[in-house]
Amino acid sequence: MFGYWTGFDRDIFDQFERLRRELDGTFGERGGPLGIRSVAAGTYPAINVGASSRQVDVYVFAAGVAPGSLDISMQQNLLTVSGERSTAIPEGAQAYRRERFEGSFKRVVTLPDDVDPDKVDAAYRDGVLHVTVQRKEELQPRRIEVK
Amino acid sequence: MTDKKSVKSTESSQVQRETEQRRALRPPVDIYEEAEAITIRADLPGVSRDRLEVHVDGDNLTIEGEAAIDMPEEMEALYADVNVTRYRRSFTLSKELEAEKISAEMKNGELTLRLPKRAEVQPRKIAISAG
Repeated sequence: MFGYWTGFDRDIFDQFERLRRELDGTFGERGGPLGIRSVAAGTYPAINVGASSRQVDVYVFAAGVAPGSLDISMQQNLLTVSGERSTAIPEGAQAYRRERFEGSFKRVVTLPDDVDPDKVDAAYRDGVLHVTVQRKEELQPRRIEVK
Repeated sequence: MTDKKSVKSTESSQVQRETEQRRALRPPVDIYEEAEAITIRADLPGVSRDRLEVHVDGDNLTIEGEAAIDMPEEMEALYADVNVTRYRRSFTLSKELEAEKISAEMKNGELTLRLPKRAEVQPRKIAISAG
């Protein structure tokens, strides 16, 4: 199981890494145009989006959020995730570091045009919100038989 | 021949390990101190209890975790804020903390480490007798 994961995620995460480098190199550092809904590095929560032929997967890295406080909505191909989290420390405690995000957050992600806003599933596990949006059937690649 | 081969594989795995170490994320933490203990809270989204490692080596405390994320096999990345699945961060402990009594709790990708202080160093209120 461990081997499976290592091999698997190196593959996909290398792709992510390559994408990030490309985005940084092409748009970020040279002062070119940025994605209109892109956010500064380190913004809470971090988001990954991956696409396959049948669905689009969105991973929201939102640790320490009560699942009930998460709000997910879809408008056409715009996915909005909002929520709130508290990182309160006991009264009278001496704080040395407060690096973690506190308060309410909202992120909007543009998904591919062919997603079906009625077929959305979401699960929250170990601090990661996984939203799966199905793509519309008629746009999926179909094999055409040659007679 | 066999020896040479094994040396080579050790080298490459060492290189691999170093590369992986470089590519670990540094999780954000909150640290606070109370009378009896110091508490560390870290964000480790995607890390389940069995993929978390907290080890103490001398006065060095290291938190390590591997995020496990379900992904369809033919997935292509469209956008990514996170591109590494490993987290690592280390802290230096001070002597008044009892390393053997550190307790860890994992909930919703949030780690809480409690580092209790030795009983003899916990602050005591000193009564002032009226003179």
